[in-house]
Amino acid sequence: MEMGSYDFDLVIIGAGPGGYVAAIRATQLGLKACVIEKDKPGGTCLNIGCIPSKALIHLAEVFRSAAELEGMGVKVDRSAFDYVQVFKKSRKAADTLSRGVAFLLKKNKIEYFQAAAALKGPNEVTLSDGKTVSGKSIIVATGSRPRVIPGFEFDGRQVLSSDHALMLEKLPKSVIILGGGFIGVEFAHIMNGFGVQVTVVELLDRIVPLEDAECSDVLARAFKKRGIAIHAGTKALSMDKKPGSVAVKVQPREGEAALIEAEQLLVVVGRAPVTDGIGLEKVGITLEKGFIPVGDYYRTKVPSIFAIGDVVATPQLAHVAFKEGEIVAEHLAGKNPEPRVDLHAIPSAVYCEPQIASFGYKEWQAQQEGIPYKKASFPYRGAGKSVAVEKTEGMVKVLYSPETHEILGASVAGADATELIHEILLAKTSELLPEDIAGMIHAHPTLSEAVMEAMRAVEGWAIHV
Amino acid sequence: MAEKVLMLALSPTMERGTVLKWRKKEGDRVASGDVLCEVETDKATMEYESVNEGTLLKLLVPEGKDTKVGEPIAIVGEQGEDISGMLKEVAAGLLSAAAEDATGPGKAAPALRNAAAPPVTAGSPIADSPPMAAAPAGERFPGGVKASPLARGLAGTRGIDIRTVRGSGPDGRVVKRDVEAALIGIAVVLTSAAGESQRPAAGRPAPPVPVETPFVEVPVSGKRKVIARRLAESMYTAPHYYLKLYVQVENLLKARKALNEGRADAVSLNAFLVRLAAEALKNHPAVNSSWRGETIARFQRADIGLAVAQPDGLLTPIVRDCWNKGIAAIDAELKLLIGKALKNTLRPEEYTGATFTISNLGSYGVNEFTAIINPPGSAILAVGKAEKTPVVGEGNLVKIETRMTLTLSCDHRVIDGAEGALFLKDLKDQIEYPIGALL
Repeated sequence: MEMGSYDFDLVIIGAGPGGYVAAIRATQLGLKACVIEKDKPGGTCLNIGCIPSKALIHLAEVFRSAAELEGMGVKVDRSAFDYVQVFKKSRKAADTLSRGVAFLLKKNKIEYFQAAAALKGPNEVTLSDGKTVSGKSIIVATGSRPRVIPGFEFDGRQVLSSDHALMLEKLPKSVIILGGGFIGVEFAHIMNGFGVQVTVVELLDRIVPLEDAECSDVLARAFKKRGIAIHAGTKALSMDKKPGSVAVKVQPREGEAALIEAEQLLVVVGRAPVTDGIGLEKVGITLEKGFIPVGDYYRTKVPSIFAIGDVVATPQLAHVAFKEGEIVAEHLAGKNPEPRVDLHAIPSAVYCEPQIASFGYKEWQAQQEGIPYKKASFPYRGAGKSVAVEKTEGMVKVLYSPETHEILGASVAGADATELIHEILLAKTSELLPEDIAGMIHAHPTLSEAVMEAMRAVEGWAIHV
Repeated sequence: MAEKVLMLALSPTMERGTVLKWRKKEGDRVASGDVLCEVETDKATMEYESVNEGTLLKLLVPEGKDTKVGEPIAIVGEQGEDISGMLKEVAAGLLSAAAEDATGPGKAAPALRNAAAPPVTAGSPIADSPPMAAAPAGERFPGGVKASPLARGLAGTRGIDIRTVRGSGPDGRVVKRDVEAALIGIAVVLTSAAGESQRPAAGRPAPPVPVETPFVEVPVSGKRKVIARRLAESMYTAPHYYLKLYVQVENLLKARKALNEGRADAVSLNAFLVRLAAEALKNHPAVNSSWRGETIARFQRADIGLAVAQPDGLLTPIVRDCWNKGIAAIDAELKLLIGKALKNTLRPEEYTGATFTISNLGSYGVNEFTAIINPPGSAILAVGKAEKTPVVGEGNLVKIETRMTLTLSCDHRVIDGAEGALFLKDLKDQIEYPIGALL
């Protein structure tokens, strides 16, 4: 088939972060693209993920800060608190941004098909309304959905997924959160913020187990102070639904099995890639551990088909999907992007209070891989700003090569960690050294000074500690 | 409006070009597509077609002058236009370009300038060398080299002069991976230098060889420079090893004679070698691959190059997609390409990118030799002279056989010994039993 006989240069299945960004980037570079979406533009991130959850977190913080007003003698009457208003605000944020994506697609003259799609061949996609669309290249960006554990199936009333939790119009009095990863702890933060009694059950030895251990510790201590119960190293064995409550049998690392009970159970143990009903078998693509296998430039074994975002085995983060979409678009347009996202340059972000943000090697990873490293850190309380705003918990920590001082990874726990991390990430990706950050003037008083001082600690001359 | 006509990169590896002959003179009208001049590039002579329309107001470069890609070579505009301002600009530009050439360009320098004088101690571990060009604290671009602080630091602690490292980062910046690649290159030089007695043993770079014998300096053509750079780079970055095999070629020569009976155009022996090598590559995809650092590229076609000697150099015209071409097609293409190679009219896409290369020096009387791998391939086959040789046959009886020596050079990063040996054995079987290809 010659170039002119395809409907589009690029057909994208899925208008989530991966899909819509790939479409816009491709159009910027002169390709003709279309997007097919069965739900709403913006995908999980905008509609039932990042955005509504951050809105809820912000409002939970506003609610919590009422306590600070009381410290000033202001009487706060919470009796008329109506969670529905909070829920509505989160939907407003989601809807605004989802319409924003629709607008961006229209502005860039990207054709948008509201339909489900399935691959028909290496260059063809059939839509649920019967149409067929052909493209020189196809990107599968169908995303992921909440993972189900057998025995703990969602029912939307007593056993909830993150999708259900974000659509709650009324909060329970108590909740058990199965899964202490970044999604679980964010829900713990939100619900506890609005007065729900929260118990977190996590299989591995600590909450947010993929982050640096010291950061998990900072968060766990903050949670404990707020009355959030944490059962780490604990496996959930079974559940028993009763009217008005759910009882979960759990097995801690040591000791007897126990029973925990709460009004609702929220199961957030990961997200499974959406690969069913999209015609992968038709084109001979077989899954690897549930994900679509891809090589350089996110190309599948079919040369004209690519896959990005949560449906491939890279970290399931919106900003990873953005980057992967850009890489495919730039590659198809004849540019020369890096063939893959650098896994050590992806920032992770946990939006509780205190926040956690990190990239690159954590201590446990460096040890596992036998990478020689040294570490340096600086406590938040050493930076004047943290004391002034009463947010002194946390630290900035960096791992570096003993020989060259190359930044191998960094973790920040504390207020605004998710913003502070970028200065260090930029240094890593531009191959700057700790001394470059250490020597740069940072405004005073800011939390970023903790970053500067952590880098000075690498060189052995931190001042404010 | 007058416009500068620039020396363009007419091939991917071209960095400089020489205007051999101006086809238009000052005052001539120029239309888009007209040939302005003939330019000698790194590998061939090409016609430079004008993209500008107007009158050729000024030729800025005399015939025979070597010019950097991007430098202006002429000015095209309206007849009678005042171009004095532009001429001043050009003169100033040429001055700074000349200064840069004198001190050494800041980027794109090859990883190893002078193998005889490595900036580290020959024979002692790299880590012990004193830092030769450690960046003084506070100086952003010492020596005008754009390099990341990490690359600079790494080069300093390992004793590499960062000015000799080619940068692959943004805007030609030297980054960590470039210094690491240079380190591998130096390691190879050191291990080969350690055995030679002429190399200095003590901790200094070799002093310049005192010149006693008179000599005449012959200018190096663009082509010669590229051959020198690419083959040196190949030798020093790919760890080469060599496998030698004797093949009996009677069956092959008989098959060729039978095939050529009654054919007006006789199929060459090289065409047979290309076709049979392609068959062997099909069975051994590892040999038809290329080292990419984080990955290995497995080529999906056999694009086989044949080394062709020219009066002033060497080229490897490529027959693309040998798996889908019969011997006759391969032979016809080879004849065409070789003809072009000898006339120096090959286009870059016709001689760059071979996934496998064959070099045959048999007609020069060479019995056997080892060839240097031609990137992006990971192996090259050196073919020697076919001649009658006494060999020990069945029942320990000596018989006469027509034998040819094949030597396969392999890149050990991609092809391990056993793999290379299996490929070569497969090729031997194909050559000694060519009818088998019909199975």
